[in-house]
Amino acid sequence: MKVFIVISALFIFIGAQAQTHVFKPLPYAYDALEPYIDAKTMEIHYSKHHQGYYDKFMAAIKGNSALESLSMPAIMASMNEFPVAVRNNGGGYWNHEFFWGSMTPGGRVLPDGALKNRINTQFGSMEKFLEEFKNAVMSLFGSGWVWLIQQNGELKIVTSPNQDNPLMNMPEGSIHPLLAIDVWEHAYYLKHQNKRAAYVDDFLKVVDWNAVSKRYL
Amino acid sequence: MKKLEILPEFRLDFPYTLPVLDYEYSALEPFIDARTMEIHHTKHHQAYVDNLNKALGDDALISKPLLHLFEKAGEIAPAVRNNGGGHYNHSLFWKILKINGGAKPEGELLNHLIRTFGSLDEFKEEFGKAAVSRFGSGWAWLSVDEENKLFISSTPNQDNPLMSVAEKRGYPILGLDVWEHAYYLHYQNRRPDYIKAFWDVVNWSEVEKRYLSIIK
Repeated sequence: MKVFIVISALFIFIGAQAQTHVFKPLPYAYDALEPYIDAKTMEIHYSKHHQGYYDKFMAAIKGNSALESLSMPAIMASMNEFPVAVRNNGGGYWNHEFFWGSMTPGGRVLPDGALKNRINTQFGSMEKFLEEFKNAVMSLFGSGWVWLIQQNGELKIVTSPNQDNPLMNMPEGSIHPLLAIDVWEHAYYLKHQNKRAAYVDDFLKVVDWNAVSKRYL
Repeated sequence: MKKLEILPEFRLDFPYTLPVLDYEYSALEPFIDARTMEIHHTKHHQAYVDNLNKALGDDALISKPLLHLFEKAGEIAPAVRNNGGGHYNHSLFWKILKINGGAKPEGELLNHLIRTFGSLDEFKEEFGKAAVSRFGSGWAWLSVDEENKLFISSTPNQDNPLMSVAEKRGYPILGLDVWEHAYYLHYQNRRPDYIKAFWDVVNWSEVEKRYLSIIK
């Protein structure tokens, strides 16, 4: 019996180790981004929407050992080969995790360094970059995301519909996402309703620019 | 599309204006809440109207009825397609809503639904599937095609079955907005609950009227 328990525990341990795709805890409390992003939005966004994408993604790849062990960036690089449920829910799972990691209570300013220099060189100033970023958010029609990415050493502001992202169907490692804002209405409707511009302004107050600059290569 | 001129929305033309609702914002409570209705009508729909007028500007397109613009949805500016679709879709949506007290479609439409889908419940189930599986923003539709057949479809964003870009084209007689703004204040992530509630606020006599005018 004892041996059985030890062996079982060992298998559970190995099983846990082998789990590539995990649903990570939110890095802060639901109310930590108040008053900019409200606690109720955060709770539903994380525990319902994000959890829903993760669960449906896991169901979609169940029994496919290749997908179960491949990293998310590797899956996204070959997304065209997989069913739409993998794309929509895998994208939703990965995008939200990236989004949570782009924010922090109170926000953090962009530190001096390579990314700050690059933004100034490419956009003229931080203000001009923010203006372009906001314009991209305002002009996205329907559900989707707006990204700041690094590609071939250049910074780019790009948008993706629904739960797509800029990594999809691109060679792995060729795109480095730095910052993302969720522009699905569920990300802001309880607090901001149709006022998307106010949501962007509030989002920018909680962006963790320190984390963003660390993503820059 | 041969029967565009039959549709009540064929009369929509430039400069486009926000239609007045036939009921109070609170009229669809508790299925659709007053606050959602008010923001949906005065903010979202108004923005589509404003942006459509702006997008048409001094273009030659302003002289064409909106429904004719849909025939070239793949070629016109995205702002015209998106906001024009938003204006038409919402104009239809407000019309086909009304507290119905559990009423059902009747007569020829009911028979046609049963012939096509097996039963009214099976129709609702299939329509619900189209509405729940539309990923992202969009609409679910019941339409009549050129052969007078009923079909269910869904379209992304503010597209609709009248548009040349639709996978299957037809004349919509029933539409359900599944953008999150249509239900998020009351239902949040529970889109299936919103779809279920929709059946309590379908103005079936309006749907029937549209159906009969198209198949005639």
